[in-house]
This record gives sequence, C-alpha cells and structure tokens, in this order.
Amino acid sequence: MAVAALLVLVALPLAPTLVGSYVVTLLTLIFFYGYLGQAWNIVGGYAGQLSAGHAAFLGIGAYACAVLAVEKGLTPWIGMFVGGALAAVLGTLIGFLGFRFGLRGFYFVLLTVAFAEICRIVASNVDAIGGAVGYYITFTGDPRQFQFQDARAYYYIALVLMLGATGLVAWLERRRFGVYLSAIREDEGACEALGVDTFRYKMLAMMLSSFLTGIGGAFYAFYVFSLQPASVFGIPLSVEIIIRAVVGGAGTVAGPIVGSFILSPLAELARHYFAQSGWHGAHLIVYGALLIAVVLFLPEGAYPRLARLLRR
Amino acid sequence: MTAPTLLETRGLVKHFGGVQAVAGLDLTMAEGEVLGLIGPNGAGKTTVFNLLSGFLSPNSGSIHFRGRSVRGLKPHAICRLGLARTFQIVRPFARLSVLDNVMVGALARHPEAPRARERARAVIEGLGLGPKASQPAGGLTLPERKRLELARALATEPTLLLLDEVMAGLNATEIATLVALIGEIHRGGVSILLIEHNMRAVMALSHRIVVLNFGETVTEGPPAVVANDPRVVEAYLGEDYAAASPPR
Amino acid sequence: MAQGRGRAEAGLPAPQGLTAIDATLVAQALLNGVLFGGVFSLMAVGLTLIFGVMRVVNFAHGDMMVWGMYLAWLMATRAGVDPYLGFVLCAAALFVLGFLVQRLLVQRIVDAPHEMQILLMLGVALVLENTALLLFGPEPQRVRSVLARSTLWLGPVFVDVARLIAFGVAALLTLALSLFLFRTDLGRSIRAAADNTYGALVIGTDVQRVYAAAFGVGAACVGAAGALVSPLLPFSPPTGLQLSVASFNIVIIGGMGSLLGAFVGGLLVAVAESLGAVFLKPSLKELVSFSLLVLILLFRPAGLFGRRAS
Repeated sequence: MAVAALLVLVALPLAPTLVGSYVVTLLTLIFFYGYLGQAWNIVGGYAGQLSAGHAAFLGIGAYACAVLAVEKGLTPWIGMFVGGALAAVLGTLIGFLGFRFGLRGFYFVLLTVAFAEICRIVASNVDAIGGAVGYYITFTGDPRQFQFQDARAYYYIALVLMLGATGLVAWLERRRFGVYLSAIREDEGACEALGVDTFRYKMLAMMLSSFLTGIGGAFYAFYVFSLQPASVFGIPLSVEIIIRAVVGGAGTVAGPIVGSFILSPLAELARHYFAQSGWHGAHLIVYGALLIAVVLFLPEGAYPRLARLLRR
Repeated sequence: MTAPTLLETRGLVKHFGGVQAVAGLDLTMAEGEVLGLIGPNGAGKTTVFNLLSGFLSPNSGSIHFRGRSVRGLKPHAICRLGLARTFQIVRPFARLSVLDNVMVGALARHPEAPRARERARAVIEGLGLGPKASQPAGGLTLPERKRLELARALATEPTLLLLDEVMAGLNATEIATLVALIGEIHRGGVSILLIEHNMRAVMALSHRIVVLNFGETVTEGPPAVVANDPRVVEAYLGEDYAAASPPR
Repeated sequence: MAQGRGRAEAGLPAPQGLTAIDATLVAQALLNGVLFGGVFSLMAVGLTLIFGVMRVVNFAHGDMMVWGMYLAWLMATRAGVDPYLGFVLCAAALFVLGFLVQRLLVQRIVDAPHEMQILLMLGVALVLENTALLLFGPEPQRVRSVLARSTLWLGPVFVDVARLIAFGVAALLTLALSLFLFRTDLGRSIRAAADNTYGALVIGTDVQRVYAAAFGVGAACVGAAGALVSPLLPFSPPTGLQLSVASFNIVIIGGMGSLLGAFVGGLLVAVAESLGAVFLKPSLKELVSFSLLVLILLFRPAGLFGRRAS
C-alpha cells in the first residue's frame, strides 16, 4: 500500500512531460477538487459537522482575491491569504452561530446552505463586482499576478495544494486535534465528559477548513478568470466538494484524493455522453446516484474498502 | 482526624417544567470515600450526576468540588478539575479503536499525543482490555464496553469518579469482577460516588450510603444501618410492604 | 364577475401614513398569502409526516414537489387535464415515489449514523432535480388552467379563482389527511410508530410497511401541492431548492413533528413571503427566505408546537 502511494507520488510530478494537455487539465482538476475535498474533510469528515455550503468560502476567497487584484493591483500571491482570511471570518461566524446555538446534524446543514445562498444572492445584486453577470479578469499571463501561460504551472500549483492539505491533515490526525475531532464526530456529550471543549475544537476545525477553502477560491479565480455567483456560490459546487470526501472516505487522509480520482473522470464521461447545448448538469445525476450508492453500500467510502482489500 | 471535604452540595434544586427532579439536596463527600447513591427509579439520581458533572445547571443551590464552586461550569471544565463520570447507557466512540477511545480521556492530562497514547495503553492493560486495544469500540461486548467506559473516565486521572449504574446488564461473575476492579481503583486514590441498583455491589463497595427518593435524601449512613432502615424498604417497595415486614 | 376597475377608484379612506394604494397592496398581499398558504401548509404537512414518523429529513421535498408540478404540466399539455382535477394522479404518482424511496433506500440505513441519512436524501434530491433538468430543460414553465384566468373582486382586492380553489382543495386534503391519521387503522399505526417505534413493533405492526406508507403519504401531499400550485407559480428544476427551504422554514417554525404547527406555519410563512414581495425587489425575496431560515434555526428549533428534535 505504502509502496503504491510512493510510486504515485513520484509519478505525478513527472506526468506533464509524459501525457497530453487534456490529461494534464484533467489531473489539475482532480488535484484542485481533491484539495477542496480535503479542506472540507477537516470539518465535515473528521469533526462530522456536515456543511453543504462550503462554496460560500470558495466564493468569498475567489471574489476577494480577484477584486483586490483588479481594483487594487494586489498580487494574488498575497491576495489569496486575504481571501482565505475573509473566508475564515465567515466560517467563524457560521461556526459560532451554529455551535453556540446548538445546531447539530440536519439543522447545521441547513444553516450552511442558507449562508451560501445568501452569499450568492448578495453577490448577484452587487453591481460593483459584476452582479449576476459576473466578474471578469483579463488574462495577462503574468506569473507575478498568479497568471500562467503554461497550463503545467497550474498543474504543479494544484498538486502542491493537494499534497500540502493532505500532509496537514495527516499530521493533525495523529495529534490531539485530530483525535478530538474524530471523537466529537462520534459523541459530543461523551467528549465533554472527558474534558474536551467541543465548542472550541469545532470552531477551530471550521476556521481551518474555511480558510483553506478560501485559498482554493483564489486558485479558482485565476484559473477560470470569470466568476459567476451562481457557479461560485452555488450548491452544485458545494456538492462537488462534499462528494469527493464522502465517496473516497470522509474522515480519512486519502479519502478526498481517492474520491477525486474516481469522480473527476466520471464527471467528464458524463459530460461527454450527455453533451447537450447549454446544459452541464448530467454529471450531477451521476453524483446523486453515486451518493446514494455510497451511503447504502459503501458508507465508509472507497478508500477504506480499497485499503482492506489490498491488505489481504 | 477527618479527611477534607471533596464534594459538597447545599440545597440543590432542579425541576423540569412542573416536575421536581431534585428537591433541595445536601450531600457531602470526604476525600477517599466511596459513597453509594441508591433509590427507586425516578428518584433523581442520574439528574444529580448530570448536575454535578455540568450537563445540567441547577435552578438553585450550590455545588462545591475541592473547595471551589463548579456551578455553571461546562462539563469539560469540571472534568479537568478532576471530576469524571460514566454514563448509564454506555457511549463508546464506536468507529474509533479502544485505544483511541481511552486516549481521548488521557489527552485531558497529557496534551502530547504519544504520551497520551502510552498512558491510555497502561489504563487499558490495567482493566484487562489489552488484547482489544486496536479493535473498533463498536464491536465490543457489553461487559467490555462497561470497562471501556470506566477506562476512558480513569484516563482523565480524576480525583472523584461518578459511576452511573455500571453493573446494569451484567451477570454475577461480571459484577464480581467489576466490583474488584472498582475496589482497586479506589485503593489507587480515587474517590467514588456510585449510583447502583445492585445491592450486593453497593454494600460491598460503599463506606456510606445515601438513599434518595423524590429528589431528596431519605436517609444516609453506613451500609448495614441503611439496609435495615424501614424507610428505605418503604421507598423501594411501598408503604404496604414496609408495614408488612417487621424490621430485623 | 366584476372585471378590473382600478383599485384607486375603489375609494378606501387613506389610513394615516399610507396612501390608499399601499394599504390595498398590503391587504392584497395578505389575502394572496393566506390563500397560497393553504398549499404551503399541505407541503409542510407532508414534510412533517415524513419527519415525525421516521425522523428522516427529506432534503428532496422541494424537488418532489417540482416533479408534481411537471407531472401536472405533462397532463395539461399532453392530455388536456386541468391540474385542479389532475392533482389526484400527481398525488398517486408521488405516493409511489415516496413509498419506493423509503422502502428501497431509507429503510436500509435506519441504524446508520445520522449524517448518512442526510447524504442519502441529498443524493435523491440531486437525482430528482437533474433528471427533471434533463427531461424538461431549464426554462421556467407554467401550467395553463381554465380557472387561472378568472378573478373575483372583493371591494378593493381581487381573488384569483385559481388561488381560491388551490386553497380549498389543499384545506380539504389536509382535513382528509387528519381524518386518515386519526380514524383509519393504517393512520393510527403511523401515529403509533411515530410516537413509539418499539411499542409498535411489540404489538406486531409491520413497521416497514407503515414507514413506507407514511413516506408515500407525505410525498403524495407534496405531489398534490405541486399540481395545485402549478398554474400559480412559474417553475423550473432549481425551484426545488427554494421550495425545500420554504418547507423547512415552515416546519421548523411550526415545530418539527407537529401537524398543526405545520399547518399554521404554512399560512404564516406564505403571508410573510407575500408581504416581503410587496416591499422588496423580486430578487431579494429569496434573500428574505434564507435569512428567515437562519433566524428560525437560531431561535426556534423547537418551534411553536413541536417537540425538540435531537
């Protein structure tokens, strides 16, 4: 198992020189969504606080970084951290409201969805950032402005993001932070009786998760170059994020990555097969069916099952 | 020379809507004691535990643990002060391993994970759960889960341990084993407050017994005295029975 | 049937601080709200039934309602069936859907951690919404009903006959539902299972069948509601989310698990939304909905009538 992981780790940086640009793009997306899934994994997988509104953090990070770059000339290399910080502010707010008011499970999910939708509606109505039509960034190809002519640059950045987030989660998993989060997911009351300040740890998880997702938003903005409130704050994006962790294995280190490797190609296939003018939602049907299938037959996710199979 | 007071409640009151669960309880516990809390179902015993451990806040009255008021503190803060509890219906972290379960408790005293893991292992061995350390807690049998619950609470290195009906659902052999274990724990320096229905266990372990009914103390004293008190018989079995059976 | 004389000519004395037009608008909105509320109530009652019995939070509720709307649309455009008659078929079709969802999907994960159930229903919602998108396209539709074009004038305010009928039918259905729950054996079994699953099992209730029936009935409510509302509201697949949010709003205000609460809540929320539309830009109406949801979540998870769901 470890050998396989090592091989993959060595192969990935070499891939762009070996494969065509289509595969490079696909892999870039796999890494990027794997990164987002990993960020979600912290609060949704480990801490067990399902958030169906993580797109809000991505959206804030994206808009903040983009607007600062275009209006104030702030390089996204710094802007991404500002975006992340702002996303973390929203994350802190949502976490505070949710956890202080004792919202669990379904209620918390609703809260996150409500905030994401509120962000979307507000963004659609603020003309200064383009309103419903969207915010556009002119492509200059200047690396100092986080813009690259060569698609391979995005590949490596996305790879670094994914590995970085995964490394962080792997590190946290073994420490008190990770153990506490997993226990909180199982039974908060029992945790409290054992000296765990559940509010504090849930908040920390939420803040970290939203911060990382916000940074992801900056990448998104300078990869896609156009931001529409409906795409960037919408539920489909939140679903993309959740599903990678859930299908791959929520609460495991490799889960979101495995999930992304499964889902992105699947989504591409669905897109091609159902190619219809103007409608890109076919992959969502596949996602929905997959979610159902995973919940019914593979609740721990693909990675833990795979790991067990390979161990035999 | 009397031991210092470990736990003291004065006039503790808790009601839910119209129901008075705890009606002015005065309880004192000395360091090193094993105090048994008995009474019929609905007498308010678990409510008292919830009040002591911070899961419920009293409507009035005071709770002092090691000389300081713990009223209004959250459960995790009270645990850190040295008061740990188990739950009547065990609550293992099902998807975590036995070791990780106990480690959560150990982390309360040892924030560094490796050290906490060591301590957890020691506690697990001490309670005979060593072979199961890496198994998910969800797969344990009931007696094993009870011991896990105990191990977790112990790992927080408490001064006072609240045990809520640990014997429930166990057979005679399992009970005897658990009684011996609790005795060992007590000799290790932990004071114990236990709620129990199993009279043999309560008599065997307790220095003193408090009998609760309708949220207040009916009587208290050493086990032998309390067992023969007609008011106790009455509380459990009703007035008619008490009238029918003469005191020994 | 009086046809449109301008409302300003209706001659209401102007209340202090408001012109006659404003007051009429508000009164109109109130009336529209109440009438619409009947359908909202039916929708919410359906959700409460599903939640109250099985503790399943039906994330796909709004999407099921949208399917009710599309079925009504299909019947109207392909078979010429007026939605105010065709709602029965919609209810039946959605009953089957609900029954199957419960029997085939939800039943399998009764013992699983709660997050699993949320994810499952999210998956169902995705499938329903995007299948509708695939089959019917993203353009908003509306159903033409013969009755939808007529209006009654009550002084300065007018009443959509369509809305009136929708309200009437919805109210009748809710009444029928309560009769079903309180007077029939199956209904009683459903209520018993809701209160005490183990007790119901002990006395030999086929709990699986009861659960499936409950989900089916809940879905049927929403199917009927969808058909009734289809002439009144332009709808497209994304409408599903808005309707789900509205349902949750209502059910949480009224109290999770309380049928009466769902009914009253439906009227309240519909009126609130209606008034909101008077004073706000249309695009902000959704904002009110979601903000209301946040406030309700924070301050009223127990609801007006209901038991707190843990």
